[in-house]
Amino acid sequence: MSVILTDLDQKLISGDFGEASKMAMRIVLRMAEVLGVSELIDIQSAHIDGCGLMTDSALEFAEKLAGLGGQVVVPTTTNMIPLDLQNWRKQGIPEEFAFKAIRLSNAYLKMGCIPTWTCTPYQVYPPPRLHQQIAWGESNAIVYANSILGARTERYADFFDICAALTGRVPRYGMHLHENRRGQVLFQLVGFDSKAFDDDTFYPALGFLIGKIARDRVVVIDGLAYHPSSDQLKALGAAAASTGAVALFHIVGITPEAPTLQAAMQDLPPEEIVKVTPADLSLAKKGLSTINANGRKLDAVILGCPHFSIAEFGKLARFLEGFQGKCHPDVQFYVMTNQVSYALAGRSGFLEVLQDFGVRLTIDTCVLNTPVTLPNTRLVMTNSGKDAYYAPSELGVEVVFASLEDCVRSAAAGVVMKEDEG
Amino acid sequence: MTLFIKGRALIPGNAEGEAVVSHEPLSFWGGINPYTGEITDRRHDHFGINVAGKVFLFPKGRGSSTGSAVLLESIRNGVAPAAIINMKEDPILALGAIISDELYLKTIPVLVISEEDFSKIMEGDWLKIDPEGMILVTPASG
Repeated sequence: MSVILTDLDQKLISGDFGEASKMAMRIVLRMAEVLGVSELIDIQSAHIDGCGLMTDSALEFAEKLAGLGGQVVVPTTTNMIPLDLQNWRKQGIPEEFAFKAIRLSNAYLKMGCIPTWTCTPYQVYPPPRLHQQIAWGESNAIVYANSILGARTERYADFFDICAALTGRVPRYGMHLHENRRGQVLFQLVGFDSKAFDDDTFYPALGFLIGKIARDRVVVIDGLAYHPSSDQLKALGAAAASTGAVALFHIVGITPEAPTLQAAMQDLPPEEIVKVTPADLSLAKKGLSTINANGRKLDAVILGCPHFSIAEFGKLARFLEGFQGKCHPDVQFYVMTNQVSYALAGRSGFLEVLQDFGVRLTIDTCVLNTPVTLPNTRLVMTNSGKDAYYAPSELGVEVVFASLEDCVRSAAAGVVMKEDEG
Repeated sequence: MTLFIKGRALIPGNAEGEAVVSHEPLSFWGGINPYTGEITDRRHDHFGINVAGKVFLFPKGRGSSTGSAVLLESIRNGVAPAAIINMKEDPILALGAIISDELYLKTIPVLVISEEDFSKIMEGDWLKIDPEGMILVTPASG
């Protein structure tokens, strides 16, 4: 199937705007052919995930496009990079690795990207609006943009994101189209009291569960009688996009395309209805841990997956202020964040409280992608469903999923202490 | 007895190798080591298996959008599967294969076949793939 080209597309593919956008356009068109799509659409913003993983090929690709003079044509934010730009020396990151990561970030800067260096661009930079067509990478950002903001993006892969940003064009496909955004799997929450929805661990656990069942289908959640915070929704989406390939979930009465159940379903019946009970949620919470490790020696705590917001800094700081004790010297306590939240947390006085406890901040990056964790890190605690899912393979560790409060208590004790497990 | 299966070649090419057949969706990021080709996702049914040079069948992709970067790096390092066959098109993996073609002028075939055909291919079968998407299956047993 051939793709219908506008005059602008013709100019892009002929190289009238330079060799970089020509190469990017060729990739966009090849993807359109893979997808069997004959039309392209304009996008209003992009988010680059291709800067996040330190591989030689990622560097070679970015430097190739930057070297050819590539310039983005829409506002383009950037995901975390594999380096904490301000702290890498004291974190003991090898120079060879650091210099490559700096080259990688510089290549994207040279192409006109905005150095947000975060997996939560929607919390630090003016987010896209309802119905806007965008091209975002990073699975948690994609699901947040589609679900919570009502903007429209496919699940764009690393390296396609920059091609979209350099051309402003993407295949007319998938989540960009209204009809593909109707709910397919309906999750009905039954038997929960409102206190359950107030618990931060509810959201990653629900995300874990719906991702497993929905896989890549559009999710509708009904019965969430609560107004979740941006951070709770972020945790839900990040987990769902890890255990599944969820690109969009509607929450009836909460998210913009779901004022009613009928609207979320676009008046069609669901393909599948799944009842979710408190017992199911308990099972999902257990499923997020690879072992029941109460009492075992803890090596590290990882918070800030996705990146810590200013609200999460506030929550942690307030809990630490009322907490007696410091982080055990054998426990590495990481909080991952971006420059914006870091600056706000500093001005709010939260960072002193965190430093006093013994928190190690990592900025602009992710401990799964930068070699910061100490050797012999074997047991990790996290409050993140996404981190719980990926840390075992990326760090080669056992993982215990727990609340932020249990993470702090365990870090101070030096052993895993979960309130709900004996 | 040999068997012919017609697939849709998302990324066309020639390849052959032993089939590794998984029934779990897989995210390449957090799922495959791009320096060895080993499956590193402990929750996956083929955890610990090396797919370098094998024809790797799994139902579809899952999770992280970094999968394309991991596939690209695997191809660069010569440890990618000889070919990938899914039941559902996975744009993330297809893109990794396209970028490799653009950047290094080498890539691997990525094919989509029906669920029925997928069930006919067994672990250990020898598969030969042509650029039209034809798959010649020589069973391991008999």
